[in-house]
Amino acid sequence: MSRTDWEVVIGLEIHTQLNTQSKIFSGASIAFGAEPNAQACAVDIALPGVLPVLNKGAVERAIRFGLAIGGTVAPKSIFARKNYFYPDLPKGYQISQYELPVVLGGKINLLVPDGKGGHYEKLVNLTRAHLEEDAGKSLHEDFHGMTGIDLNRAGTPLLEIVSEPDMRSSAEAVAYAKALHALVRWIDICDGNMQEGSFRCDANVSVRPRGQAEFGTRREIKNLNSFRFLQQAIDYEIQWQIDLIEDGGKVQQATVLFNPDTGETRAMRSKEDAHDYRYFPDPDLLPLVISSDWIERVRSELPELPAALSARFEGDYGLSAYDATTLTASRETAQFYLDTVATAGTANAKACANWVMGELAARLNKAELDITASPVSATQLAGLVQRIADNTISNAIAKKVFEALWNKEGESADAIIEAQGLKQVTDTGAIEAIIDEVLAANQKSVEEFRAGKEKAFNALVGQCMKASKGKANPAQVNELLKKKLG
Amino acid sequence: MIDSSLKDIAAALRAKTVSAVELATDSLARIEAGNPKVNAFITVDKEGALAAARDADARLATGSAAPLTGIPMAHKDVFCTEGVLTTCGSKMLANFTSPYDAHVVTLLKQAGAVMVGKTNMDEFAMGSSNENSHFGPTRNPWNTDTVPGGSSGGSAAAVAARLVPIATGTDTGGSIRQPASLCGITGIKPTYGTVSRYGMIAYASSLDQGGAFGYSAEDCALLLSAMAGHDPRDSTSLEREAEDYSAALDKPLAGLRVGLPKEFFAEGMSDDVRAAVEAAIAEYRRLGATTVEVSLPNARLAIPAYYVIAPAEASSNLSRFDGVRFGHRAAEYTDLMDMYCKSRAQGFGAEVKRRILMGTYVLSHGYYDAYYIKAQKLRRLIANDFQAAFAQCDLIAGPVSPTVAFGIGEKSDDPVQMYLSDIYTIAVNLAGLPALSHPAGFGAGGLPVGLQLIGNYFGEARLLGAAHQFQRATDWHTRKPAGF
Repeated sequence: MSRTDWEVVIGLEIHTQLNTQSKIFSGASIAFGAEPNAQACAVDIALPGVLPVLNKGAVERAIRFGLAIGGTVAPKSIFARKNYFYPDLPKGYQISQYELPVVLGGKINLLVPDGKGGHYEKLVNLTRAHLEEDAGKSLHEDFHGMTGIDLNRAGTPLLEIVSEPDMRSSAEAVAYAKALHALVRWIDICDGNMQEGSFRCDANVSVRPRGQAEFGTRREIKNLNSFRFLQQAIDYEIQWQIDLIEDGGKVQQATVLFNPDTGETRAMRSKEDAHDYRYFPDPDLLPLVISSDWIERVRSELPELPAALSARFEGDYGLSAYDATTLTASRETAQFYLDTVATAGTANAKACANWVMGELAARLNKAELDITASPVSATQLAGLVQRIADNTISNAIAKKVFEALWNKEGESADAIIEAQGLKQVTDTGAIEAIIDEVLAANQKSVEEFRAGKEKAFNALVGQCMKASKGKANPAQVNELLKKKLG
Repeated sequence: MIDSSLKDIAAALRAKTVSAVELATDSLARIEAGNPKVNAFITVDKEGALAAARDADARLATGSAAPLTGIPMAHKDVFCTEGVLTTCGSKMLANFTSPYDAHVVTLLKQAGAVMVGKTNMDEFAMGSSNENSHFGPTRNPWNTDTVPGGSSGGSAAAVAARLVPIATGTDTGGSIRQPASLCGITGIKPTYGTVSRYGMIAYASSLDQGGAFGYSAEDCALLLSAMAGHDPRDSTSLEREAEDYSAALDKPLAGLRVGLPKEFFAEGMSDDVRAAVEAAIAEYRRLGATTVEVSLPNARLAIPAYYVIAPAEASSNLSRFDGVRFGHRAAEYTDLMDMYCKSRAQGFGAEVKRRILMGTYVLSHGYYDAYYIKAQKLRRLIANDFQAAFAQCDLIAGPVSPTVAFGIGEKSDDPVQMYLSDIYTIAVNLAGLPALSHPAGFGAGGLPVGLQLIGNYFGEARLLGAAHQFQRATDWHTRKPAGF
């Protein structure tokens, strides 16, 4: 049987919860974790007669997003009602945007891991982003066969960000979701907390024989709240669709749920019983008019965006695209890096990058600390990098100094080097004395080297370094040892 | 005293010849005697009324009283009242006590008005006869075998029967003007956005507008002045300075240009109504106004446009009545869908169901453009017609209803005939214009006939002024039904 070469087509719809103080159409708080229904006011529970009033903070965040992705902020957009019955949807409709969304277009550049340790660039175009309210929650446990309703989340502001079907693998989808996740936090419109549901992905997945122009029939995987689940769900779904088609079946358009326990996706409803949402403009809300003044004010308040900063890191500091992207994954990381370079000097920018992404990131990760809570400050790290650069310490000793800084054993790299006597030995006489001692004590290795075993040389270097407690300048040790043996 | 003008009642309160408690007691006694005949009230709040009256008396004693302080009044049961049953005329809300006050209710409380109760209405304000109430039909005080009009029929009947001097109402397609006309009182619906809709249970959000009933235009002006004003909780509330609608009451009619839409006078109006309307217009001329024929060519499309837009909005607005959080829930059901279906099937009456079905249909996939979008285009054309007419005149006059009050049960089996009774009022709501109805005489069976005056946007003071001038020269508005 000839195997078809399948091409995967993925588009994502991502719901980001906007970090406003209050709900999108009422004054109730959106803070997470309150007692059920403690944060549901008359408007949220849809008492007879109540009316929605739009939260300007939510609009401002949508504008920020539109500008950050280079999209068009619509001068006029419309709130529409999406009508359906569900117990946790108190009005019997969700206020959303349908025909005229607040943001149109825009794009995001990504670096996608190529699976071979490298990365490739990818551009994902966005279709739109629109404002809407979240629904409440149905609680099915602890109610003895009945269902509890918690409306604290009802009315929480969401920005739904819809991509074009531009992604061709789960890796691309995850890279896109991660980039968007980083961006919404960067521009401070969403806290990005995926466990609390602040950033939820729906993935539209289809497959087609490579070369076919039209898309295959898609299925939509709902409510993926981690990057790992996103990847697993898409990979499972792709294989499921390919297997189905290759077995002579046809994909039916459907909404599916991913079960993290089994790693499988399963249809929750097919197209036949799809809702007719009867969208129409909400007569309780005027068209959302956004003046160019408002847009310009928001633009002037935007921080430097990750793409621009990343380009600056590549251009000014000579970093690779990957390093630049990694350092701009969050505003905090980028700021830490900028602060480090500011003290260490541009000439040490590359070394600073290596330390921030390497030792520091690893330690923070292990300690489950955010970079803003790093025990080693940017200034301290810069001091360390400078001492490596001016040969005061070797890289090996630098790791010791870093450890000491982490443990608060000293105020600065210099103080620790001084207090612990870690300064590199560069005095030729002193190094020669160490070498002589080592050679005298390791006659066997000397003979092996003379007999042509290169490895023996390295062993001798190691002995010299050990004898100097790591403080001898390794390059000098190499050079002088060669001379002595030569 | 209850059947006096607000001006006289207010003067008496200040002169201490009557107290607010005495007025409230009088109103409650009238309700006790008269309400069994007309069924104008769903709820009478005796204790609340007396407590409010005592507060009003205290305020009157300090000299800090507002124009409405101590005046007994009633709210249409579409307005939410904290701690008082708010049914909207429906079984669905027969058990609903609102935990909050509508903006209008708050304003009138602040003004010191004394609410004696909540008036009967067509269920969810859907109807033109008050026969669609879960609490039984309201009867017209002029002839209790006839309807008072609707949907604010309870308020109109309560004022006409002199149970209260003023009452609130809402008007989505004529629901203030038509009952005012049929009950022989004055009623005004202001420009859309003048009165906050917060706490006013929605029927058709883009058309619903609160307004006032009284014996006269002068009384309506006082009540409307206390109800109107910007409310940040209603996004469609107009951001305008509060206005004194009594300001233009004394403006003479000389020079007023009254437009007469030829389409309103062509056919459909019964002879008795035509005679009264034409006589009233002649009176306006006698008082110095001039008349000019104008045209509203698209007005004939108002009813079909309305019966797309209003049900569409209603079908969505009424979705919240699902039995989950408040209101009627079926006693027995098998699952969630069954609970929804049974609760709504039991809670809503036939007309409400009819409109929900119509609205759901016109918003459905594949029909939306043909119905809803088309109706919105008609709406624009109708509004444009009015603007063209107002280039030639200051206000427009015509009939309110094609006939005087019809018999109870007469049209209840024929919804289309019922819908046609709003043929002269609906276009005004689609355009969002202010309009009033004032007594203009009597027709068949000695039943009242109203004249409709339509103004341009924000023309309420002018409308009330014209009607007041008419009422200074005539006494139709002082006529009372026998037995009340």
